[in-house]
Amino acid sequence: MSTAANVPRASDLPPTGLRRFAAWLHAHPKAQVRLLLAGPVGWMLIAYIGSLFVLLLGAFWDKDSFTGQVKPFVWSLDAFESIVTNEVYRTVALRTIGIAAAVTVTDALLAFPIAYYMARVASPRTRGILVVAILMPLWAAYLVKVYAWRAILQGGGVLEWVLSPFNIEAPGLGQLMNSWIVLSYLWLPYMILPIYAGLERIPESLLEASADLGARNGTTFRRVVLPIVFPALVAGSIFTFSLTLGDYITPDLVSDAKFIGNVIYDNSSLGDLPLAAAFSLVPIVIMIAYLLVARRLGAFESL
Amino acid sequence: MTESFWTRVGLRVATGFVLAFLYLPLIILVIYAFNSSRLQAWPPAGFTLHWFAEAAGNTSLREAILNSVLAGLGATAIALVLGTLAALAIHRFSFFGRETITFLFVLPIALPGVVTGIALRTTFQTAGVDFGLMTIIVGHATFCVVIAYNNVIARMRRLPRTPEEASADLGADSWTTFRRITLPSIGTALLSGGLLAFALSFDEIIVTLFTAGPGTETVPMWILGAIRRPRELPVVNVVAFVLILISTIPVYLAQRISAGSGGGRY
Repeated sequence: MSTAANVPRASDLPPTGLRRFAAWLHAHPKAQVRLLLAGPVGWMLIAYIGSLFVLLLGAFWDKDSFTGQVKPFVWSLDAFESIVTNEVYRTVALRTIGIAAAVTVTDALLAFPIAYYMARVASPRTRGILVVAILMPLWAAYLVKVYAWRAILQGGGVLEWVLSPFNIEAPGLGQLMNSWIVLSYLWLPYMILPIYAGLERIPESLLEASADLGARNGTTFRRVVLPIVFPALVAGSIFTFSLTLGDYITPDLVSDAKFIGNVIYDNSSLGDLPLAAAFSLVPIVIMIAYLLVARRLGAFESL
Repeated sequence: MTESFWTRVGLRVATGFVLAFLYLPLIILVIYAFNSSRLQAWPPAGFTLHWFAEAAGNTSLREAILNSVLAGLGATAIALVLGTLAALAIHRFSFFGRETITFLFVLPIALPGVVTGIALRTTFQTAGVDFGLMTIIVGHATFCVVIAYNNVIARMRRLPRTPEEASADLGADSWTTFRRITLPSIGTALLSGGLLAFALSFDEIIVTLFTAGPGTETVPMWILGAIRRPRELPVVNVVAFVLILISTIPVYLAQRISAGSGGGRY
């Protein structure tokens, strides 16, 4: 007597509609993929790509010259004209790109030593603690961190207290430099983590081989470690660069110098949608170019 | 390669410097939460717990917390369902356009937040959708999908395929196998992904300002408003203190759940 025979098997059960459908799916893997992807890809195409497309159209919409009312689907190049002819927009764009580059370089310089220490010098226990120590400020609320820097930089704040014994005047809120410091602070963990992961993946044998072939530490670092870690660094830079490019709250809270995001947000609140849309093409084009270069450099495997 | 003594000393000093840089601003805020003075000046005037009571009694803050929780739950639910479906498809099958689809999910976090914000705002406005909690949820879900997706697919890559094959061999259909084998084994990945997605949604402000209506205020929106009102700064300090404490929860849990998986925020 076999007990197995008494156990009802799914295939023995009467085929209900659902079961028949499941069986059909099993035989048609292509249909399975389509069914699984319909929701997520549909959502992203409609909510995200669709929105980007409407944004692109919006950049070419006309405005009533009297009331300023936007006239959707009435075409005009006015928004682009004012962006190209008005010097302010060029200044804002160049300033934002400059700070984004400065933040990226600053973060790379700050991140590398700590990432290297974590990956190659620290004991496994210390390493674990450090990973948590870097994740913690990453997850602390964005606005809380910007607010903390306001408390440091503003008049009567911590910086003034630190500098006053040396008779140095604290610059206070309003400096463009503040945006550079605070944005570097905000995005630093995004740079540390990929570089750390990249360094950790380097097999010890590779470094030994380099030493066996007569390379000093400096040479090994330059010719083995750096080329391997470079894609991870580029991966981190996507975050530091893109997040700086898209921020309009930090520049507003710690300085007077407007960023691309401020122009987009302010014009959108004022109802000048075509101008906001047209100007938003600047960060889109920059980031697409950046992403294409990053993919070339192999950064996507390190994301 | 063994680093020389001085290299190691240098690295240790640099590590200490970066940690101080990361933590000093947060520590200063924690101290300010107990500052007895209404003025935001250093050094603090004295110790008080008064502002905690004032924060607890703030009705607009309470409303903002409720809105943030609802938006977070909505966005997380959508992100988990969509992210899991996508991970199942991408992990199980190889098909044309796989890379493009992965790229599609990463795009909302790779492109600047202000772009996502203005794009959604333009679309909602053109379509005549009323701004409110629903529009906030749609915006948040769009960039939360990738977090759920990354967590689930990372787990699937580590799981053996054999239990699922055994289940199929024993006659279970796809749905039964998913419900009884796949789902339990990705359960903790869903939990950590959901937690991270919720935390990201709770914190979001760049996109939210574009997709919120005049009547719906989330916690970050409340903070942004209160920062500009000097009278409210002591309450902001308390909120900041509580948020710093709360932010340790996702880190702790995600670390416990996916111990050893490493990697970045997403």
